[in-house]
Amino acid sequence: MLILPILIIPLVTAILTYFSGKNAKYVSLAGSLLNLAYVLFLLYHYNTNGQETLTFSMPWIPQLGANFNLMLDGISLMLTILSSIVMPMVLYASFNRDYPDRHVLYALMMLMDFAMAGSFIAADGFLFYVFWEIALIPIYFICLKWGGEGRQRVTLKFFLYTMVGSLFMLFSFIYLYQHTADHSFALQSLYEAGRALPVTQQGLVFAGIFLAFAIKMPIFPLHTWQPETYYIAPTPGAMLLSGIMLKMATYGIIRWLIPIVPQGVGEYGIWAVGFAVVSILYASFISIVQKDYKRLIAFASIAHVGLIAAGILSANVQGVQGGLVEMLSHGINTVGLFFVYDIIVTRTGTSDMDRLGGIRDIDPRLGFMFLIIVLSVVALPFTNGFVGEFLLIIGLFQYHQILGALAGISIILGVVYMFRSFQKMMLGEVKDEAVLYKKQTRQETLLLLVVCVLIVGFGVYPKPILAISEKSVMELLQGLKF
Amino acid sequence: MDLFIKIAAFAPLVSFLVILTCYKWLSKTLTAVVACLGVFTSFVCACAIFYDQYTNPHTAVVSVYEWISSGTFSSLFNFLIDRLTAVFLMFITGVGFLIHLFSVGYMWEDDGFRRFFSYLNLFTFFMLVLVMSDSFLITFIGWEGVGFCSFMLISFYFKEMKNNDAAKKAFVMNRIGDFGFLMAMCLLFVNVGSLEYHELFMGEKLPVLQQLSPGLLSLIAGCLVLGAVGKSAQIPLFTWLPDAMAAPTPVSALIHAATMVTAGIYLIARTHSLFELTPGISMLVVTIGTATSLIGAAIGLLQTDIKKVLAYSTVSQLGLMFMALGLGAYTAAIFHVVTHAFFKALLFLGSGSVIHAMSGEQDIRRMGGLRKHLPITYRTFLIGSLAISGIPPLAGFFSKDQILASAMESAPIFFVLGLGVSLMTAFYMFRLVFLTFFGEFRGTEDQRHHLHESPAIMTIPLIILAALSIVGGWVGIPHAVAHAAGIHGSIDAFLAPVLGTFELNASLGSELLTMSFTTLLIIAVIYYAYQLYVKNRVRPVRDTEELTGASRLVAGRFFIDEFYKNYIVRANDKFAELLEKVVEGRLLDGLVNNVGVAVNSVSGQLRKIQSGQLEHYLVVFVLAVAALIAILI
Repeated sequence: MLILPILIIPLVTAILTYFSGKNAKYVSLAGSLLNLAYVLFLLYHYNTNGQETLTFSMPWIPQLGANFNLMLDGISLMLTILSSIVMPMVLYASFNRDYPDRHVLYALMMLMDFAMAGSFIAADGFLFYVFWEIALIPIYFICLKWGGEGRQRVTLKFFLYTMVGSLFMLFSFIYLYQHTADHSFALQSLYEAGRALPVTQQGLVFAGIFLAFAIKMPIFPLHTWQPETYYIAPTPGAMLLSGIMLKMATYGIIRWLIPIVPQGVGEYGIWAVGFAVVSILYASFISIVQKDYKRLIAFASIAHVGLIAAGILSANVQGVQGGLVEMLSHGINTVGLFFVYDIIVTRTGTSDMDRLGGIRDIDPRLGFMFLIIVLSVVALPFTNGFVGEFLLIIGLFQYHQILGALAGISIILGVVYMFRSFQKMMLGEVKDEAVLYKKQTRQETLLLLVVCVLIVGFGVYPKPILAISEKSVMELLQGLKF
Repeated sequence: MDLFIKIAAFAPLVSFLVILTCYKWLSKTLTAVVACLGVFTSFVCACAIFYDQYTNPHTAVVSVYEWISSGTFSSLFNFLIDRLTAVFLMFITGVGFLIHLFSVGYMWEDDGFRRFFSYLNLFTFFMLVLVMSDSFLITFIGWEGVGFCSFMLISFYFKEMKNNDAAKKAFVMNRIGDFGFLMAMCLLFVNVGSLEYHELFMGEKLPVLQQLSPGLLSLIAGCLVLGAVGKSAQIPLFTWLPDAMAAPTPVSALIHAATMVTAGIYLIARTHSLFELTPGISMLVVTIGTATSLIGAAIGLLQTDIKKVLAYSTVSQLGLMFMALGLGAYTAAIFHVVTHAFFKALLFLGSGSVIHAMSGEQDIRRMGGLRKHLPITYRTFLIGSLAISGIPPLAGFFSKDQILASAMESAPIFFVLGLGVSLMTAFYMFRLVFLTFFGEFRGTEDQRHHLHESPAIMTIPLIILAALSIVGGWVGIPHAVAHAAGIHGSIDAFLAPVLGTFELNASLGSELLTMSFTTLLIIAVIYYAYQLYVKNRVRPVRDTEELTGASRLVAGRFFIDEFYKNYIVRANDKFAELLEKVVEGRLLDGLVNNVGVAVNSVSGQLRKIQSGQLEHYLVVFVLAVAALIAILI
């Protein structure tokens, strides 16, 4: 029962928000903070009760063999923490911006939070799929209604692209379902069914499920929807997409891919890792020549997610734990990066880096905090970004040394594109549109300060974070034959 | 002693945090006090640690906390204190403190006074972590941290894009090296299972390390060399250091001469057990070092910016240290690191004093005759120049002599090349001295009017450093001489428990002979420079005058920068643009959109099937069922 409020709080908040008119922003923020408090309580409970997995089970659609099974172990808890930390930040970030029909926007965001939280704790294949798809609907409307120029075309592409991907996942789940002994979508049944399959069939299932995840993350060459969608998405939408939503896919690899078809991963995983590594390098190179700051963040995100995917698919403790920590870091940093974008764009009207410059001179505080975020993105030690990336590279390196080394090159390229953007927007003489820049408000400072504190805090003392998932990850990987 | 060790490391961090959080309430004076106090506290603790090590050589591991742990991987934030660390601690905090003092005077008028000191303190903290840590990963924290602080200080005057470019260049080139460091850590963890120095080089993992295949060992050592090359500005990653002179001059003294750039030397000395197993990589280190020191010295001959001369000189001296490391003369390398810290910090601060007096002018062609106006700066600068040139009995003579003697012992060719470097060093240093302090003043009237000796807070550090540049070498009396005179307790003996000893078999006679030979040659070179620049009043050509042939090549710094810019950076950008335009734009997006168009047209065709006529559906239905049955049977 302890697990249910994770779903109930966002859902109720979504409904209340919709009906609260002008107060929508306060209602949604209060709801998300309540959610955060509850998740922290759960964390406390989890740690004080010997890190025991929480479960909930209820019949749902017996004809289909689908149950309302929920499960919260250390891995799910990490993701739940991610979404409950990021959510209030995203809401707060859009507090002083003019969005029409705010109550609808905030209600949709909370609805999305509900669906994403559900996907992180679902322990039934069908339920996971349903949450996975529900999450898509609010973000589709957020982008369509509050998005920028060309949103109809871009959102349609985004929607179709991810739908096609999910279908492959659904097919794979149905295929597994047919092989279950008890005709059930329950996690354990799918695990048993999948592991009993011969290697080739496992490979097919692997391909089907991975395709859905690869599109969602996204991974080269299936990423073309992403930069456009991030670009047209309103800031909170982009934060949600990149901060939380894509983690459904990277989380999916840990829960719904590796343990289901371990031999498939063992046999064909190298291809997926290969694509992920290509994705890292490809996106890093493209980032170097981006002129627009928002598109730069989009491509940088592809590079980081590629590393997360590669590390997780290495299927060792360091890789998976690194992936989990990096998901959390990436979520926090992404909010920071997009918020800096938002701060600059609302004042100057442009995110073209060539037209900006010298902002640090006008607003040293923004320059300083943006710098800390940049440092985390380039994985400087003592930032949260380093902890994740280092473990990922160590994990990947154990899996395949050459791929590990290639992924390591991203630490060089990362500096090139991130420092380039820092330099262009923040340093130099104040020029062109940057003249319009006004100092950030208290609300903006507060949010960025939270981001910076989290970055340095987790970076200097990551142990409690790592301790959350260590046991669960080891249990998950134990006894898997690759 | 554990407490002293922790205080030594964290005092500068505390100062940094105080300045960071309270900068609004701190006056300039108070900021200066906080900043200097942090480093001074460290220095006092360092002295205690040093004394402790001096009386009783031992390896102490002090644990602070567990940083990262995941499965079998665990990284403890531990300090490892032995005599090698003690030596580094002493000069980092000692020279660091003097440079902090100097900076108070130098930066007093600057708007970024507080910002400057906060960076400087943070830098000191990371540098201490670098040399005090017990594991590669914790060293890496310091390693990247100092790189970052260096970035911030190079772009200290961030309004000028030139400085920002220099800062980025430094950081990127450092990161190329860091990539090597990272790979070395991965290889060590995967193959040996530990990143901790005391386990790897003194404890249970040593046998595992020794049993690795030679190829793998060379790969690990090679990766570490890449890291060291980036940080210590060696070929091919040395071009960032001269550009880094965009930083305020005390930074050049502290970071880009005395401390940070010696991190690569420290790393190799710390891991020397590994290099002893890989003679091939050691040979590579000698080659890189020798080549760098020759090129650096050669470029230094024709530079006209006072700081650039010193920068190339640093590159060249670091090359000498690399040479010593590669030869296995680790103590000699560390000895030179220490004496170099004294006299190079002195020279940079001296140049800072000159620049301060000249209202920001850095071109030696517009100086001259300054010794009358800046008597203290002149005298101390002269001492520094004599020291770096290797005139006995100043510090540089002893450390350089030890390197040259080691080279003579292992391979005379390196002795010859090293001697060449020394001669060039003497020449460019005295060219600098004569052009700056002798002859007539060549600047503007405004500058002449403004000329003044620096205040005491700047000259006192100069005097102390000058004293150290004189006596600093006496801890390393040449082997044969010391033996003959019955002196013990040299730096060799001090570091022997950590670094081992390099056997020098030269007899007293031959050692005295080479020493006096080199010294005579150096004096001759200085005399030649005197003839050239003081007697014959030769002046370097102006920018407008064309150079030809070899001098054009040297003055153009062998066009290495241009090569990097025009080929490597450009190729990188072109490649990225190609990906963006062709692969991303046309290929992938085109493909996806074509799929969309294709689906559209196919569905257009399919729509025709949905004719709405029942007969059509029935026909299709029957055919489909028939087909299904056929397949199933």
